[in-house]
Amino acid sequence: MATLLPVPAVEYAGGTLAGEQVSLWRDGVRRLRRNKLALAAAIYLMVLALVCLLSLFWTPYKPNLIGTCVTYALPTGAHPLGCDDLGRDSLSRLMVGSQVSLAVGLATAFIVLVIGVALGLVAGYFRGAVDALISLATNIFYGVPPLLVAVALYVLLGPSLINIIIAISATGWMDMARLARGQALSIREREFIEAARSGGARAGKIVFGHIMPNALGPIIVQATFVIPAAILTAAFLTFLGFGVPPPTADWGGMASEGLPSLQGGFDPYILLWPAVALSVTLLAFNFFGDGLRDAFDPRQKR
Amino acid sequence: MTAPVLQVKDLKTQFFTDDGVVQAVDGVSFDLYPGETLGIVGESGCGKSVTALSILRLIQRPGRIVAGQILFKGSDIVTLSEEEVREIRGKDIAMIFQDPLSSLNPVLKVGFQIEEAMQAHEKVSGKSALSRTIELLKQVRIPAAESRVNDYPFQFSGGMRQRAMIAMGLANTPSILIADEPTTALDVTVQAQILELLRDLNHDLNTSIMMITHNMGVVAGLCTRVLVMYAGRIVEQGPVEQIFKNPQHPYTWSLLRSIPRLDSDRHDRLLSIDGLPPDLIKPPAGCRFNPRCQFKIDRCRHDDPPLMDMGADQEAACWVTMRRALSHNGDQRA
Repeated sequence: MATLLPVPAVEYAGGTLAGEQVSLWRDGVRRLRRNKLALAAAIYLMVLALVCLLSLFWTPYKPNLIGTCVTYALPTGAHPLGCDDLGRDSLSRLMVGSQVSLAVGLATAFIVLVIGVALGLVAGYFRGAVDALISLATNIFYGVPPLLVAVALYVLLGPSLINIIIAISATGWMDMARLARGQALSIREREFIEAARSGGARAGKIVFGHIMPNALGPIIVQATFVIPAAILTAAFLTFLGFGVPPPTADWGGMASEGLPSLQGGFDPYILLWPAVALSVTLLAFNFFGDGLRDAFDPRQKR
Repeated sequence: MTAPVLQVKDLKTQFFTDDGVVQAVDGVSFDLYPGETLGIVGESGCGKSVTALSILRLIQRPGRIVAGQILFKGSDIVTLSEEEVREIRGKDIAMIFQDPLSSLNPVLKVGFQIEEAMQAHEKVSGKSALSRTIELLKQVRIPAAESRVNDYPFQFSGGMRQRAMIAMGLANTPSILIADEPTTALDVTVQAQILELLRDLNHDLNTSIMMITHNMGVVAGLCTRVLVMYAGRIVEQGPVEQIFKNPQHPYTWSLLRSIPRLDSDRHDRLLSIDGLPPDLIKPPAGCRFNPRCQFKIDRCRHDDPPLMDMGADQEAACWVTMRRALSHNGDQRA
């Protein structure tokens, strides 16, 4: 290849012209930090993550040890949240319970991301028959309740954490797929996609190398909403007895164990703590997701 | 002359819309020779871009190539498999687009996009891809190429983006570069630099350039031969000097007259061609230009003129031709 004589570079001697511009991500992070509610939610979630990690190594008492204290003990100095119907320390169980919630939330979000994004982008990019098939599958899965899958898996494979993750993912990927499909349908019409095609890029490269990075913002926001939904569904399934088998501590299961004592009217705390933990965690994820969405929504630049 | 590198024969590309079939390209034939710079001019919507996209088989639904041949390296692009066409795209025939900002992926680094263009066709290790990318950026005269490879498109100026696009187009040293209005989105001084660059690349690498534009000035500055398209057809073709000096088709003549001139009286009205290009779902009978033509005769309304030899390597599709039109009443009109 012959080399051309370089022309004196007078025209750009001033350096980067657009260098002062802030990237989309940094701009978004800045706006997220201005949103107090989202910031508080983010801090809570970080604390929760730390507690979850801590509970893997250390809890005040052994969470599953029966008779740590008197059954139905009300909160005291030694057991700040009291004890449950079997005399287990509620604080220790609450800490360990975060493991199940976070594991279900994150694992489901990951599976939903992989399945939903892949199917959605492929449907949106290829359109036609591929799209029709994937959209049909999406609509069919909308009709399948997570409870049904959970019960089926419970019957077939017995109770386990993996099963509820499968049940929730299998019935929760559709929103993500629709979002990704919509993104792909719009991004595929942009000129740089045609440019990539004219350069001989393979279809896979275009879908996952060009369209996906441009759709990442809304996809990540959607994923933050998948997490609380999955945690709630998991707690609900465990509450009904189809989820994590006892004695593993789980917020839904703990709430279920606390129900009789609340109904009996002698110890509301057993149900209260997991319910509060669950509610605050769900709220935090939703506020954080909202904050993310606002921060990365190009239509409301502030 | 040597054998053409690309032969387009009777190409017909149509779009099947709900309102009817749009005959966007209707029987276009031309040859492109090695090292040639061919200009394709015409108004918006006359089929220039669709012709270019058809050559790379980038026409998407509801559009389709319905007839014709595109002969390249002994095979007909129209009938190749998708994978065979993909191999040609970017490697043998590259394309650059009008708006360099929207044709670069905004979220990927410029250097990365150029490396990808290479890796679409051959296995290149990361290191040699990077050094080749820097070399390409230098070749298109991007200063500080070593650091610029890590910039995002928004950090480039308009002219640099188009240079980067050209670098991407040249990544696999193609034998043909199709440039679809590459200077339209740029300001005038940058336009001149880009044209200069294309001309040098054409000289040094012997790349054939197909230049699609509606700007006669660009054609005059860069091309050796020109095709004038109107309503999906070629209405005139020939060497640039010949076309500029002696346009035979009234459409070409009108296009040339509508270039604003620096030396004309400031109070003169700018000349335009009355009317709009026709609806290609139902093109007018006879010569497609006849509703807008000021020299038309009866025959033009029902008889469609083929391309006819005008001598001096020039062809025009017109029953009247400017030669005769101007000798009849030229003094009043010209």
